[in-house]
Amino acid sequence: MLNAKIPAGPLETKWSKYKSTVQLVNPANKRKLEIIVVGTGLAGASAAASLGELGYKVKVFCFQDSARRAHSIAAQGGINAAKNYQNDGDSVYRLFYDTVKGGDYRAREGNVYRLSEVSGSIIDQCVAQGVPFAREYGGLLSNRSFGGTQVQRTFYAAGQTGQQLLLGAYSALERQVALGNVKQYTRHEMLDVVKIDGKAQGIIARNLVSGKIERHFGHAVLICSGGYGNVFFLSTNAMGSNVTAAWKAHKAGAFFGNPCFTQIHPTCIPVSGDHQSKLTLMSESLRNDGRIWVPKKKNDERKAVDIPEEERDYYLERRYPAFGNLVPRDVASRAAKERCDAGYGVGTSKMAVYLDYADAIIRYGKIEAGKRGEENVAEEEIIKMGKAVVAEKYGNLFDMYAKITGENPYEMPMRIYPAVHYTMGGLWVDYELMTTVEGLYALGEANFSDHGANRLGASALMQGLADGYFVIPYTIGNYLAKEIHTKPIPTDHPAFVEAENKVKETLNKLMSIQGKHSVDHFHKALGKIMWDKCGMARNAKGLEEAIKEIQALREEFWKDVRIPGIQEEMNLELEKAGRVADFLELGELMCRDALQRNESCGGHFREEYQDAEGEAQRDDENYAFVAAWEYKGQSNYELHKETLNFEIVKPTQRSYK
Amino acid sequence: MKLTLKVWRQKNKQDKGQFETYQVSDVSKDMSFLEMFDVLNERLINEGKEPIAFDHDCREGICGMCSMYINGRAHGPWDQTTTCQLHMRAYNDGDTIVVEPWRASAFPVIKDLTVDRNAFDRIIQAGGYISVNTGNAVDANAIPIEKHDADLAFAAAACIGCGACVAACKNSSAMLFTSAKVSQLALLPQGHPERATRAADMVMQMDKEGFGSCTNTGACEAECPKGISISNIARMNRELFSAGFTK
Repeated sequence: MLNAKIPAGPLETKWSKYKSTVQLVNPANKRKLEIIVVGTGLAGASAAASLGELGYKVKVFCFQDSARRAHSIAAQGGINAAKNYQNDGDSVYRLFYDTVKGGDYRAREGNVYRLSEVSGSIIDQCVAQGVPFAREYGGLLSNRSFGGTQVQRTFYAAGQTGQQLLLGAYSALERQVALGNVKQYTRHEMLDVVKIDGKAQGIIARNLVSGKIERHFGHAVLICSGGYGNVFFLSTNAMGSNVTAAWKAHKAGAFFGNPCFTQIHPTCIPVSGDHQSKLTLMSESLRNDGRIWVPKKKNDERKAVDIPEEERDYYLERRYPAFGNLVPRDVASRAAKERCDAGYGVGTSKMAVYLDYADAIIRYGKIEAGKRGEENVAEEEIIKMGKAVVAEKYGNLFDMYAKITGENPYEMPMRIYPAVHYTMGGLWVDYELMTTVEGLYALGEANFSDHGANRLGASALMQGLADGYFVIPYTIGNYLAKEIHTKPIPTDHPAFVEAENKVKETLNKLMSIQGKHSVDHFHKALGKIMWDKCGMARNAKGLEEAIKEIQALREEFWKDVRIPGIQEEMNLELEKAGRVADFLELGELMCRDALQRNESCGGHFREEYQDAEGEAQRDDENYAFVAAWEYKGQSNYELHKETLNFEIVKPTQRSYK
Repeated sequence: MKLTLKVWRQKNKQDKGQFETYQVSDVSKDMSFLEMFDVLNERLINEGKEPIAFDHDCREGICGMCSMYINGRAHGPWDQTTTCQLHMRAYNDGDTIVVEPWRASAFPVIKDLTVDRNAFDRIIQAGGYISVNTGNAVDANAIPIEKHDADLAFAAAACIGCGACVAACKNSSAMLFTSAKVSQLALLPQGHPERATRAADMVMQMDKEGFGSCTNTGACEAECPKGISISNIARMNRELFSAGFTK
């Protein structure tokens, strides 16, 4: 039976009580305990650095050429924290409430409350490290608002918040490397977990430069390898982002939680052609000031600027007057899809809507004019000043848009469309972040997380750093305190040999196929199935078809993939092939999960379950649970349910009207 | 568009390496430079040849992994743009494009266009941090920082560690990279306790890695995809100079 191990007692005291009663490991013993961390994003880097500081012996792995490149670096908008610096009524409770509600009541109250509680310390820690957050003229930190909330609690560093936070964690990590507490393995990919007597005791990794297979022992293994959005081929994830480490953990016995919960981000640059390799996000912060619209007339061929105000449909403001353009991501994405499917889309593909800054430019221009105390300022001058303000706030995003599309977003509205961005699902973990395998942990986006069925903007950075800086340093002690008598296991132990042989067998098999099609060919085919049938809207018939199609595609892949080169050297196609092989299994599980969940909630929208106005219909009576899947062999999964109890926030229909 | 590509191919670190010429057709103006490489690689795979190895990851210009030296310029012709953000709009039908890896002895080639930049990690390890452990930091707003300084620190911190500055420099100097980190931390009060040792240690590591000296040509600033200013180098020299007095 699944036991989430949520401490008893009132919500407000669960974490503090846990911290003060949890088992500790004394410093002399910490030096003898080895921990493996897979991934160097916000969760991995912060965990590895913090555990190194505590005195554990840490080994950290990443597939990139440097720990600083993990995909957390691309997060743009910001990080939430319940500091209430703006005096606008924010509190730990309110952040907790917004997150549970935003997640459409599919997250654990205990976890989310802890996340809100530690959020403030994250900002303190980052500032102490020298993270240059945006500041006001008085020298204090600046905030902005994000989707799904009505307070300003988002801290940011222009449109590069993820970069600055990651570089902060990375520098803390490098400091530990310099001190000898952490050993760093770049261009290494974890290919299996080694289990001895049911406990995770190490990993098998491939050195991506030499192609050599390596064995590494650890008293505990932390999977911090991010999300699996690239199962869709096109997503905002980095090209290398993958599910492999998490999937190998799953196959080694870790249950996979809510795999179908995928976040489709509403504001991305639309697909421009078949050559498209990835999609680029335009930060949600743009919805703070931008207005989203489509023409009121179907197939309107006029240029955006030629369409008069009264012929524009600001559909988010129309449908959701209370939150307007700041509705949560799932709601905004579905609304865009609805307009485009109904024939109101814009651009050559007609699969796009406008994100318009004209009003914001004038509004800011007038404020600037007001600051100067000038009246009767010419409109041109106002626009010029307004553009300068917008450039300061969002300049790097506007530049990026211009480079990719060749259009100037200061002059004409941007075209945007939803794209896969984040996965709320992931390895099931208990309150201590341990998976169903003893000694195997999952942090950050790699776990099934605190975001329920939909993540609010600026909450991923918060969760990654909360897990790494403030949760795992405490919870891991509770396990390792019992492991102090376990001597490091030599890697010639039969379990290591067996795991290595299994990895080699898979690699040999992949290399030996020498079929007709490239890895990308299969990846694109899988992505199309997933996007069409397990994307923004799903239905039972489509999901059943998708499962069969994925099974057939997987069979074809193992018969017909072509990988040039050899195994014992850098081989990028072989790396991709291993990752796509895992996506081909995960995709099926995502469809199965979506099929069993006969309700619509958050990012999971089943067409059969909507009301007359097209809003999602949740079924709390039958589906207020975490779906945790156990791997039992190819295409064979057993569903375990963790019932969610809401003691504080009573689930209601989520309304942003 | 039809293009001619001359691409550096090198099997491994030991291999001598040489240019190979490829013709690519059906290149659309909307493609990114790396998507053009994807198309070429797909073709090479279908022909049973080895695809060209190159580093890339986020393709949003922020991770710093992509690193191509294009027609004699780090990251190609567009100012303040990484290779992954360069689009084929920059080229015309019939153009010939020469693509090389970063060239610097501190960045040995691993394969084709892929180089080893771990030297940068080691420079950071030498002092590119503030020595503060996790937990119990003071309230973030207890340290007010003048907006001007905060903005300058941010501008320096925007460095993505791609190494274009080294590739662009005739001396393969890593001064811009190193000074960006030194500056960021020197501008912030949190960084002051360690400022003297930090600058000295990082510069020493930089020299140890085999990066060259700075002769103020400014090529690094001109080619930096994030517009990191060489005034950071001046600031680092000042830090270094004052470190000499305090030590």
